[in-house]
Amino acid sequence: MSQTKDILVDGVWRNNVVFSQMLSLCPALAVTSAATQGLGMGLATLAVLIASNALVALLRGLITDEVRIPAFVLIIATLVTIVDLAMNAWLHELHKVLGLFIPLIVVNCLILGRAESFACKNSVALSALDGLAMGAGFTLALTLMGAVREIAGSGTLFSGAAMLLGPAMGALEVRIYPGDGALVMILPAGGFIVLGLMIAAKRTLDARKSAPRRQAATAANATSPVATAS
Amino acid sequence: MKPSDHTTSLPASSLTARLGPLLELAGGKHALVLGGFSLVATLLLAVAYGLTKEPIEQSALEDLRHSLEQVIPASIHDNNPAADTARLQINGVPLLVYRARKAGQTTGVAFETSRKGYSGEIRLLMGIDESGKLLGVRVLKHTETPGLGDKIEVSRNDWITRFTGLSLGNPPEAQWAVKKDGGPFDQFAGATITPRAVVNGIRDGLRLFASHRQALLEDAPK
Repeated sequence: MSQTKDILVDGVWRNNVVFSQMLSLCPALAVTSAATQGLGMGLATLAVLIASNALVALLRGLITDEVRIPAFVLIIATLVTIVDLAMNAWLHELHKVLGLFIPLIVVNCLILGRAESFACKNSVALSALDGLAMGAGFTLALTLMGAVREIAGSGTLFSGAAMLLGPAMGALEVRIYPGDGALVMILPAGGFIVLGLMIAAKRTLDARKSAPRRQAATAANATSPVATAS
Repeated sequence: MKPSDHTTSLPASSLTARLGPLLELAGGKHALVLGGFSLVATLLLAVAYGLTKEPIEQSALEDLRHSLEQVIPASIHDNNPAADTARLQINGVPLLVYRARKAGQTTGVAFETSRKGYSGEIRLLMGIDESGKLLGVRVLKHTETPGLGDKIEVSRNDWITRFTGLSLGNPPEAQWAVKKDGGPFDQFAGATITPRAVVNGIRDGLRLFASHRQALLEDAPK
């Protein structure tokens, strides 16, 4: 049971994709001009990540080490393309809203990263759980970044939520203050500023929490997987 | 692969047995794994494409009809403009025109026009009545900055609806511009390029209608 908890804490917070592994920064910067967008991209990625992790874990016995990377890319690209086609055909309304994000998921190194560093060495169940945890962490990071940028840049929060998540979620849409905010925050520069501040905040929080047992933290840091270039 | 004069007459199993070590040597096992995956992936994609082709085309048609409904009011036609189309060549550029008719008489047309926005093409669908007045304009597709330029979508802002009823003389042609350029149309805070592109795109569409009115409204006599 503690392994389950470990995977969850790792994915959502300790080893967060964006704030700790610094993976998938491209979509993280690009779509977070508003909280709803971040949430949408996060949820779409979450769903694909669970499926791709489970699939890679299922097929891991068949894939030889030398060709694993192209095999993973093939599996992920096929999966995403089928999801894209199926959504367009049978969930057309949802596809119109999320459709923009789906092609971005294929080139999302978070998916390949988890296939390579977790799913190809673990069982299907654990890999799906890892996908859930990492996807939730990604969603959290993107929604947080989107929320901060939207409040600072547009003065609203979760605008357009009804369009993405259904009319019931319209209640989420809030105007924090009248008028427009600082434009720079919804432009790409604002993405970098907010990302930097959030990484700094997480490091400060982590350092404060682990100060009494700094020894252990240093050891844990040394064994955490090295982030590959995005 | 090494050619062998006996292989054709040998059963398949002994062929693989003979070639096995050779394949191993050349990394053939990896090639087989990757080749197998590619084959299965291709099959799956072909099946998925085949299954989804028709529903996707259906939804695209549905989307088109929905957009047409927004730029051609139901009151001015009794036909189905989505099916009543004409392919024209305007200055060498192909143009697909949707015609609205009432009792056989053309009452209006709709066509697509596009203009380069802040990041990529903005595709507009505009409906114009036979006198040259705008019945409505909608953005079909764009890749403008979310939260900034996307206010041109009717679902986010009613900005695009204010063009309804305007024409090339109202406001005068020279004044078809956003406020920043001396015209009467609002730009958005922080986004001038996107609304400017839409205003210019609509103006271009109206000009096209004015100079090719006859061809747009009526089929050339056969």
